[in-house]
Amino acid sequence: MNSTSISGLQQVLEGGDFAVTAECGPPRGANTQVVQKKGELLRGNVDAVNVTDNQTAIVRMSSIAASASLLQMGLEPVMQMVCRDRNRIALQSDILGAYALGLRNILCLSGDHQSFGSQPDSMNVFDIDSMNLIRMVRTMRDDGLDMSGFKLDQAPRMFIGAAANPFADPFEYRVIRLAKKIEAGADFIQTQCIYNMDRFKEWMHMAREEGLTEKVYILAGVTPLKSVGMARFMDSKVAGMDIPEETIQRMASVPKENAAAEGIKICLETIAELRDIQGVSGIHLMAIEWEEKVAEIIEAANLLPRPAF
Amino acid sequence: MIVGEQKPIAEIKAMVAPYNKVLILGCGTCVKTCFAGGEDEAAVLTSALRLAFKKDGKNIEIETQTIERQCEDGFIKESAAAVSRNEAVLSLACGAGVQDMARRFPVTPVLPGVNTTFIGVLEKQGLFTEECLGCGHCELAVFGGVCPVTRCSKKLLNGPCGGSRDGKCEISPDTDCAWQLIIARLTALGQMDNLRTYIPPKDWRTSHAGGPRKLVREDHII
Ligand code: SF4
Ligand code: SF4
Repeated sequence: MNSTSISGLQQVLEGGDFAVTAECGPPRGANTQVVQKKGELLRGNVDAVNVTDNQTAIVRMSSIAASASLLQMGLEPVMQMVCRDRNRIALQSDILGAYALGLRNILCLSGDHQSFGSQPDSMNVFDIDSMNLIRMVRTMRDDGLDMSGFKLDQAPRMFIGAAANPFADPFEYRVIRLAKKIEAGADFIQTQCIYNMDRFKEWMHMAREEGLTEKVYILAGVTPLKSVGMARFMDSKVAGMDIPEETIQRMASVPKENAAAEGIKICLETIAELRDIQGVSGIHLMAIEWEEKVAEIIEAANLLPRPAF
Repeated sequence: MIVGEQKPIAEIKAMVAPYNKVLILGCGTCVKTCFAGGEDEAAVLTSALRLAFKKDGKNIEIETQTIERQCEDGFIKESAAAVSRNEAVLSLACGAGVQDMARRFPVTPVLPGVNTTFIGVLEKQGLFTEECLGCGHCELAVFGGVCPVTRCSKKLLNGPCGGSRDGKCEISPDTDCAWQLIIARLTALGQMDNLRTYIPPKDWRTSHAGGPRKLVREDHII
């Protein structure tokens, strides 16, 4: 590993390779074998595995524990951390603990509102927002200070990620927000799933104009569609998702048994287009509960073998 | 104002059922304005309860009174005579009023007839919206007069989350996205620079997180 790189993901990005990461949702239970099984499917096909933190506000095995379990298998986890469930004390404590366990990548998020989840009767925290979480991790890493200004006896060195959604409103503000996140300390950005390529290109154009792509690595989010039903559901029910009617129609136009293949085809076309966009440093493949397809997609996209680090 | 909503009649009925003589006490300020516990609501509730108990063959004596404010001792005093004639008080004030009544009448049960919901405004006829959490340190100046602490579902201080769509919040198509409103306001005011400004974490000590709050005004102590 390059001596200045904090993590393997950072090294791949700094090395200029088109990076590939994938998502791993921890189980709704305490079985680590589920995590290991997903990890095995991803091994060798991706540079890092992004582990969700109680995504959509549904209780799952903690992101830290599932990330640690992937690390033990020799994979490179990106631990997600949301502001919904922890106050600043817990966030800092968990970051110290995660570093102590060997985790080196963090993705800082606000978190889906608990009203989406299985326990809408719970209280949320939102003590600090994702912008301040990014800044907090940066200050812990670069200055070795916790939020009270206390000098930590060992600073947690994390490669810091943040999310961006080019498809949310108001559009004009989306690049300003990206700039703010970079200013706060984001080293890499993971975007919302891209289906609306025109809008994504416009966002990337604005980001380039502002010089932002010089300052941050952008991982473009992609999710293969399994069916027209999934496309419709995501477009209407998943917060911040934008699937053009054209894409939905394309999924609807093929016989049901070919829908998944068509979804993968669309995904591959998207990846090919993304590789040509200046400033896109890699992709983040979110094959939701479809991890077995990751290898096939990455291979078909000519992204194998992955660089060793 | 403090916005509240009258509790369902069944819940109220169960609360007052153990008593033979009950005072329904309306409050003539905030809860009157939001149609939860003013004079009119107190009168309607009285008839409804009388009818409900009559149906059950139970004879409860209900007296009704409304005072200007149940959160101010000067007005509370006006209810003392009625309170002494009854076994319990069903207060239609907000939670503060109920507690101030309880403080004033230490041996009389004071029951809440209203669910106190928020500090808000009448946005339009029939629609009340929450506007302020009483965080103790108002930062509305940087947000163009729209409070993200209260009106953003995630209390975001540095811009909208990825769920904002068509001006609505990700939690519901009926809820405005506070950040959309903030951006529109700051744009209208020509203060777009505020959108780029980094806002540090909130100091919650002045909010309820710092424990129950008190305000001491030395200049008013006699
Ligand atoms: S900043 Fe605090 S005091 Fe001001 S409106 Fe918001 S919650 Fe109320
Ligand atoms: S959609 Fe708007 S109001 Fe709702 S949580 Fe996101 S930023 Fe806040």
